[in-house]
Amino acid sequence: MPTVSMTVNGKPVSAEVEPRTLLVQFLREHLRLTGTHVGCDTSQCGACVVHVDGVAMKSCTTFAWQVEGCHVTTIEGLAKDGKLHPMQEAFREHHGLQCGFCTPGMIMAAVEMVYRKGHDLDEKTIREELDGNLCRCTGYHNIVKAIHAGARAMRDSAGA
Amino acid sequence: MTGTGIGAAVRRKEDLRFITGRGHYTDDISRPGQAYACFLRSPHAHARIRSIDTSAAANLPGVLAVLTGAELQADKIGNLICGWMIHSKDGSPMKMAPHPALAVGKVCYVGDPVAVVVAETLPQAKDAAEKIVVDYEVLPAVADPAKAKEGPQIHEVAPRNTIYEWALGDKAATDAAFASARHVTRLDIVNNRLAPNALEPRAAIGEYDAGSDSFTLWNTTQNPHVARLVISAFVGLAPEHKLRVIAPDVGGGFGSKIFIYPEEVVALWASKRVGRPVKWTCDRSEAFLADAHGRDHVTHAEMAFDDKGKIVGLRVHTIANLGAYMSTFSSSIPTYLYATLLSGQYAIPHIYCEVDAVYTNTVPVDAYRGAGRPEATFVVERLVEVGARELGIDPPELRRRNFIKSFPHQTPVIMTYDAGDYEASLRKALEIADYKNFPKRKRESARRGKLRGIGFSTYIEACGIAPSQAVGSLGAGVGLWESAEVRVNPTGSVEVLTGSHSHGQGHETTFAQLVSDRLGIPIENVSVIHGDTDKVQFGMGTYGSRSGAVGMSAIAKALDKVEAKAKKVASHLLEAAEGDIEFKDGKFIVSGTDKSATWADVALHAYIAHKFSGQELEPGLKEGAFYDPTNFTFPAGCHICEVEVDPDTGEVTIVGWTAVDDFGVVINPMIVEGQVHGGIAQGVGQALLEHAVYNSDGQLVTGSLMDYAMPRAGNLPSYKVDMTVTRCPSNPLGVKGCGEAGAIAAPAAVINAVTDAVGVEDIPMPATPQAVWSAIRSRAQPRQAA
Ligand code: FES
Ligand code: FES
Repeated sequence: MPTVSMTVNGKPVSAEVEPRTLLVQFLREHLRLTGTHVGCDTSQCGACVVHVDGVAMKSCTTFAWQVEGCHVTTIEGLAKDGKLHPMQEAFREHHGLQCGFCTPGMIMAAVEMVYRKGHDLDEKTIREELDGNLCRCTGYHNIVKAIHAGARAMRDSAGA
Repeated sequence: MTGTGIGAAVRRKEDLRFITGRGHYTDDISRPGQAYACFLRSPHAHARIRSIDTSAAANLPGVLAVLTGAELQADKIGNLICGWMIHSKDGSPMKMAPHPALAVGKVCYVGDPVAVVVAETLPQAKDAAEKIVVDYEVLPAVADPAKAKEGPQIHEVAPRNTIYEWALGDKAATDAAFASARHVTRLDIVNNRLAPNALEPRAAIGEYDAGSDSFTLWNTTQNPHVARLVISAFVGLAPEHKLRVIAPDVGGGFGSKIFIYPEEVVALWASKRVGRPVKWTCDRSEAFLADAHGRDHVTHAEMAFDDKGKIVGLRVHTIANLGAYMSTFSSSIPTYLYATLLSGQYAIPHIYCEVDAVYTNTVPVDAYRGAGRPEATFVVERLVEVGARELGIDPPELRRRNFIKSFPHQTPVIMTYDAGDYEASLRKALEIADYKNFPKRKRESARRGKLRGIGFSTYIEACGIAPSQAVGSLGAGVGLWESAEVRVNPTGSVEVLTGSHSHGQGHETTFAQLVSDRLGIPIENVSVIHGDTDKVQFGMGTYGSRSGAVGMSAIAKALDKVEAKAKKVASHLLEAAEGDIEFKDGKFIVSGTDKSATWADVALHAYIAHKFSGQELEPGLKEGAFYDPTNFTFPAGCHICEVEVDPDTGEVTIVGWTAVDDFGVVINPMIVEGQVHGGIAQGVGQALLEHAVYNSDGQLVTGSLMDYAMPRAGNLPSYKVDMTVTRCPSNPLGVKGCGEAGAIAAPAAVINAVTDAVGVEDIPMPATPQAVWSAIRSRAQPRQAA
């Protein structure tokens, strides 16, 4: 079995895995990072979104070997030094989650949305950008509010 | 009210673990030595099984067992059951066909589990499942409920595939009302079949412990105790005290995780057979085949009006598809959760409803968010809207004329509405939606070439399910009370054990709010424990918007007992008569003095027991309660949907949504609004996007998220959500329940709006661009011809 090596949440990891091992399986089963979820088998739901070198990726549609040598960030690696990421705070503050199953993917997608689209996100942009993420619980209303607020808070915390 | 008490928008206690990726959903759990299960499912909708050859599969590396219905029977594993008896009009009992967890002799729907492979790894299990050879004799199938009675017979027990032919109401009186009516509105309605699609797929881990001869099941369930009861009492896998069911974090349910499914039974059974924990996690595409679907009614409905626009009668005939087998509560959904709500918010003197439940070669159909009540609301609210148009009366005005105005109100279909103010929610909604300026907006849309429409839905639902005696007399196999235990620790912190289960509803927060409010202690000092049959003695679980009205009422009752006991302790501590002790703001005070003791003092003294003798008082501070409601609760409200339709493409855009709901007393408005948002989204999904489609051979055409359109952020608007409050008189907290309202109200509001925009009487759900475009064309043709 081939060896894959990458940096996950700042820590170098390497393991022997079957070539068909998906990144999400590698994270969940080998590293026991179960915050990244699997909600579908057709790359539709976004519950599995992680960052690979700062870019949002669906880890259910990526083989572990494809991210060889990359920096992977999962939901577990978003809070720094015991302090929640502003987007995590925003989801809690604006009740952007109910069952929590879509939440890790939503938050990871939202953070990257801010990387690409900036801190002033209007409702239309947020809704369009969420096209790859499904939530069955919230009706999106509060997710949109949370992302709007979280995006601004990311600027404030970056400036601080 | 304290900052964290009843009525406060407290941020959720459970969120920290979810936003940091530290929740524990079933698939996140790994047991030492666990093996993996993969099910082989029927590719045919209806077939006899001539033979199954498992030898090639069994010989593959890593395979621990390949099991079929034959082994299930050899081990005397019982069938799955439907727990609600319905009798037909002629008095005969419903025709419940045997439902083995793995097919025995024949398969009845695509996805029917035929065999299971247990292997060291999941890929090995999947590979081996492909090597099982099943020789099928394919039989003709039927999937359409309207054709079921003429279709090939699926089960020996059910001629013409008829499970029951049930009726409610007074036929003769209703017919008489129709005979003397001035106007009758008629509609043929298909309530489209839906796949629930909670985002977390179902999963189960079964584990057998040979040392204690006992089982543990981790399962994505909304009601772990009911699962345990059914698996021990009917399936017979283990006696109840030897089976522990744990429902950890559950990623949404919407009804689909109430039921006892084949897979969890098989995972448990297989764990004993192979002597290893066995894990099964559903794929999404597998979930489309295997999770109970919702709705699927074919209805003809008629509403009779007098010359003043008063409704004088309602007549409904519904064919309800229950799928290939009767799921856990399926029989009750199109009967007592449907026909009993057909009076809506209106004083209708005569109602008669017939429901024929049928088997088809499709996955079982059971409760899905709203369960029967969305179907009832859709019938009533479509008829009222179309009736208003036919009579030339403003739709809100027609509703107003027919509203029930005094309470309690006995409907002709069992229910006694206890409280409400339908006029108030309608008035507020019209104001927020700015109804009076709708014509202006319509003209403005027309200038941009768009058709604008507005639609109303003044819905009612029966929640807080339910008084046990009442449901028992209607055929329920269980009582529908709830239990709670309040454990006060020596340091004064509190654990609440509840039989309710939270899978997104935020019970860890709202239930703690109740305790904080009542005992005057910080909300941080309260933990809510649920979802484990070893911890919570018994409970009926969460569905039917019952956890506030029933689950929290049980906690309130236990808190009463805790307070009474604590007062006794305080009387010893403060050396005062028990009757002189007052409990206020978290303090025990001797009336008329400045002598007092804190909550923590009293909690400690309850346990150290130095101030009273064992003869006088038992040590400790822990009380339990069972709460059985005295009535259903009746949340109601008004939803208004405004749409724009593009006449060239048929595309519908929701441009405004107003919801004014009356949920009684609200514990946490933030959480309640979130429930409304989510409900509306699912209702809009049903109205515009979602449809679980079987073709005439019984193949599921919409078998993945590529084919089944789930609402995405871009399909939905932001909602204006507001409330009116009439207290529920039947429970101590005055709460009614909010979990299903949106899903119940929304479909009718959407279709009323779309048909208003297009100017036709009806458009079938889902109103896809194609359906709307066709409706526009069908409307245009007669005009051109004229
Ligand atoms: S798990 Fe659904 S998109 Fe990856
Ligand atoms: S919070 Fe449950 S799926 Fe989004």
